[in-house]
Amino acid sequence: MAIRIRKKRLSRSTGGDLVIFFFLSLGAAFMALPMVYTVSQAFKPLNELWLFPPQFFVRNPTLDNFNDLLVLMGKSWVPITRYLFNSLFIVGFGMAGNVVTGSLAAYALAKHVFPGRKAIEQIIVLSLMFTPTVTSIPTYMLMSRLNLINTYWAVVIPNWSWTLGLYLMRNFMGAMIHDSLLEAARIDGASELRIYAQIAMPIVKPAWLTMIILAFQRLWGETGALFIYREELKTLPYALSQVATGGIARAGVSAAIALIMMAVPVIVFVINQSKIVETMGTSGMGGE
Amino acid sequence: MSSVVSRRRMVSPGIEYRESLWARMKKSWRSYAFVGPFLFLFTVFTVVPVILSIVLSFTYFNMLEFPKWIGWANYIRLFLADEVFLIAVKNTLLFAAITGPVSYMMCFIFAWFINELQPKVRAFLTLLFYAPSISGSAYTIWQFIFSQDTYGYINAHLLNLNIVDKPIGWLIEPKYMMTIVIIVTLWMSLGTSFLAFIAGLQGISSTLYEAGAIDGIKNRWQELWYLTLPAMRPYLMFGAIMAITGSFNAAGNIQALTGPNPTDYATWTVMQHLNDYGTVRYEMGYASAISVVLFFVMVGSQRLVQRMLHRIGN
Repeated sequence: MAIRIRKKRLSRSTGGDLVIFFFLSLGAAFMALPMVYTVSQAFKPLNELWLFPPQFFVRNPTLDNFNDLLVLMGKSWVPITRYLFNSLFIVGFGMAGNVVTGSLAAYALAKHVFPGRKAIEQIIVLSLMFTPTVTSIPTYMLMSRLNLINTYWAVVIPNWSWTLGLYLMRNFMGAMIHDSLLEAARIDGASELRIYAQIAMPIVKPAWLTMIILAFQRLWGETGALFIYREELKTLPYALSQVATGGIARAGVSAAIALIMMAVPVIVFVINQSKIVETMGTSGMGGE
Repeated sequence: MSSVVSRRRMVSPGIEYRESLWARMKKSWRSYAFVGPFLFLFTVFTVVPVILSIVLSFTYFNMLEFPKWIGWANYIRLFLADEVFLIAVKNTLLFAAITGPVSYMMCFIFAWFINELQPKVRAFLTLLFYAPSISGSAYTIWQFIFSQDTYGYINAHLLNLNIVDKPIGWLIEPKYMMTIVIIVTLWMSLGTSFLAFIAGLQGISSTLYEAGAIDGIKNRWQELWYLTLPAMRPYLMFGAIMAITGSFNAAGNIQALTGPNPTDYATWTVMQHLNDYGTVRYEMGYASAISVVLFFVMVGSQRLVQRMLHRIGN
């Protein structure tokens, strides 16, 4: 699709294309550093991790670091699968809640006119600029009042009102959905909930796919340290970070952990991004 | 037919009829139901804590005893008695003035370049550019590169080639610290707004460009200024807020690079100062006062950017 559009666009000079291509390749090589480095480190045998002068690339790749990690995790009294389950639970419910509450509110804020709308939007934008650090104590007090300390929900529920995600959604809804389309559906007698689910949400698919990437990343790194104290409820990043604090002898294992922690969001990102490209290729919808 | 009319009025009341506020609110119950779940949680977990911390900023609160009202004392202390805070303000302003605008423009320019490419290449490049943000601990590679001992990548090679005779303290000597921190921050800056810009650019319909070509758009720069940027305005506003909050709230990555006690406070930011009082010294009243000051600075910058963005395409 995009290829067809490109050919139609006359406002492109070959020289400009070349300059852009050069810039992009240079930037890409520089930006790819952490991924290449993380992969390379994870497969280095211990003696290569401490070479002088240090080498960027691995020479004799080995799986030792991953084996060591497996052995270490096998000794932990909470099985690794339990940590993984905890993480997946928090990520799954947190993400689903983000998208549902965020997109419902975003739809009404972007496409309805009702008393108080402007005020709500103003407060939401302002709240983005308040440091979250200082709000953690009131949140803790509330969670302990509700007896939710040491449950997944103490981490999951506050995440459901993720302001940044809502604000992103609201901007996409405003720009990508034509009012005329909604009016037509209303005249046909569709309920607002149906319009939201069957018209608005499919159009802004790139928005909520992007939101899922961001929410996933945020929740995947969640250690829950403030709210969860029982070992068997702790998350994978927490468990892995405990292993990595073992000092120099654990350098190899840490490198393996870094690769695992990076690989999961990368996979989610790739799947999502390819879906975004797919949607844009097939739907002819666009904003004003 | 009448149900259709009432439905349309539900969505846009007050345009066709002047009604009392209460009547309009009752008609809008559906809108409130949509906003409700989010708004409830938002109030409980954001609005109330924020208000509480604004109140706390006028108290002395050590988290053990009940807060004691001390009026403006925290603010007076901040600006008149806390020298480290003033250093932090100076650093933060310098840091934000560079990283904010530059990262914002980088996000847009790279998103715009990438958007010109074919889908497969585009997806691949998006991943590469987003890579520093995706791996939560990406800056560790910079610790390795700039490490002050002989194992630091740069030091090791400089020593090996006999360019220097002893390792340079990249992350402990004030004359290098801020520069390095800014470079690393910029390198990590293609994050949330970059993704939002990419999704936004792909949502601009091709008919807009076709119509533009007929109207006499000659090159990509005209197209950018008259078509793309105005269509991107909502996303640009979003990106601006990301750039502002990102650059003023910077603390974690800086601390990871130059440590919890940077030499001469050379990379000490307001946010680090806040965390120091909030989570190390447990002076929550004072920490809250810092967050209130930071809030007003960010709101001010946001208003400024908003005004600039309204000029686009004119």
